[in-house]
Amino acid sequence: MATQRNTRLGRLALIGVPALWLTLFVAVPFAIVVRISLSESVIAMPPYEPVFDLSAGFAAFAEALGRLDFDKFVFLTTDPLYLESYLSSIRIAGLSTAIILAVGYPIAYAMARAPKGTQPLLVMLVVLPFWTSFLIRVYAWMGILARDGFLNQALGGLGLISEPLDILSTDTAVMIGIVYSYLPFMVLPLYASLEKMDLSLLEAAADLGCPPWQAFWRITVPLSLPGVVAGCLLVFIPAVGEFVIPDLLGGSDTLMIGKTLWSEFFSNRDWPVASAVAVVLLVALLVPIGIYQHMQARQLEADR
Amino acid sequence: MRRFGAFHIAVLAAGFAFLYVPILLVVIYSFNASRLVTVWAGFSTKWYAALLANTQLLDAARVSLMVAAVSATIATVLGTLVAIVLVRFGRFRGRLVFSSLVYAPLVMPEVITGLSLLLLYVAVAFDRGFWTVTLAHVTFTLSFVAIVVQSRLISFDRSLEEAAQDLGCPPAETFFRITLPIILPALIAGWLLAFTLSLDDLVIASFTSGPGATTLPIQIYSAVRLGVSPEINAASTILIGLVTLAVIAFSLSTKRSEVERQRAERGAAT
Repeated sequence: MATQRNTRLGRLALIGVPALWLTLFVAVPFAIVVRISLSESVIAMPPYEPVFDLSAGFAAFAEALGRLDFDKFVFLTTDPLYLESYLSSIRIAGLSTAIILAVGYPIAYAMARAPKGTQPLLVMLVVLPFWTSFLIRVYAWMGILARDGFLNQALGGLGLISEPLDILSTDTAVMIGIVYSYLPFMVLPLYASLEKMDLSLLEAAADLGCPPWQAFWRITVPLSLPGVVAGCLLVFIPAVGEFVIPDLLGGSDTLMIGKTLWSEFFSNRDWPVASAVAVVLLVALLVPIGIYQHMQARQLEADR
Repeated sequence: MRRFGAFHIAVLAAGFAFLYVPILLVVIYSFNASRLVTVWAGFSTKWYAALLANTQLLDAARVSLMVAAVSATIATVLGTLVAIVLVRFGRFRGRLVFSSLVYAPLVMPEVITGLSLLLLYVAVAFDRGFWTVTLAHVTFTLSFVAIVVQSRLISFDRSLEEAAQDLGCPPAETFFRITLPIILPALIAGWLLAFTLSLDDLVIASFTSGPGATTLPIQIYSAVRLGVSPEINAASTILIGLVTLAVIAFSLSTKRSEVERQRAERGAAT
């Protein structure tokens, strides 16, 4: 009896410690973001008017609920800056995801068809850049894309261009940065699904007279679809909220929502607006995040 | 069926060139004698000497290493607990909420994680400094640790634990003497992942750090915003070198222990 109670207590403690941590540092902070997005901006420190003053008791709390301030969300719809930032984030992230898929698929395919012995090495070579600093990898492209950078020198040296290209500080540079930084996130899930594929299916198709190209479209691509979806979500979701890449590679006219949130917070010191931007960004990402979590859970069940 | 041919090799070569040439350019031009980073003017190590004199950067590196070591250690303990709960506890009330909270920091844009944690610290009047960054890093890295440990626990042969318990070994002792040694490689991998993620983080640290706790990425970022400079190339090269060495050392050591384990198993079988 005593040991049974002990194990039940132990079980509770095992769940309790991480659950408490996650509540305190993930759930509560987000509740605070929502709360502050509903409060008035003031010039003070912290620069907002508290909505709920718990010391005033429950009656005050109920009254405060009645005068919640949705101004910040109305404000987001009136100033075109925010809508444009959202749309341009989604456009840049979406285009980048499509390019990464086009670049990453052949790489993952070639990896999966490489001799079995060299595959772990190839996987490590894809992962290794992910371990080196993100900031350094973005920084590397500042030197490449600059007006007097390596790309213009190389193209000029080959006589392909007479005038240097202005790529740095444009949306194109931001997309190149995203493609470069997030490529491993696409290649790995694609490789995982292509590597599991049963090659005898292709043999069967060939025996039945199916040309290789058609076999690729009708067998390989559908079987790799889970990897495609996982890779696209893993790239798209963080890319929408990206801050470092648009800040370093983009120009002053590059609008991305992560950058807008950052400048609302650090430059304009308008915490309620920054919080409202965060809430809307998360709501917009809820669908892709939900799909991703659903897939993760299913994957985990399948692995058992 | 289709064999590995010239086309595949060309694709892989182009892919890896794309991944590695930008990093190599940073490394090569850190040894450039000229201040103009894109014009080669002879070999020199003077930017490394300049780094040693840059106390701001060295202080930031020290802060970053401390934050990364402490946060990775706490994250490994918590992440392992999370993995055990998710793999071993089956269904319990609140499991869906629990796993959503675990995966949330993985997919949440960093700006949101950073902003929300900062607002928490302000709400409870917790002065920003070393600990605020460290706690923030524990929170966003523990999910990664949990995933790494989880995959190891799933492939775990539970009959070993059952055998120990049948022989009268109490659960806690079974965990420390059987389970922990077997999942240790995953814990080390998780720790290393948490360590490098913490060392690398700019956005969350910018929100949650305060005066006196400037981390290396924050320091590098403020220099990078002013443009490309050979000193940053030199600092980057040192970081790249350290990470490469660590990853190679880790993969060699796991490979060796794997080989030794297989040899031991074969020895036991004969």
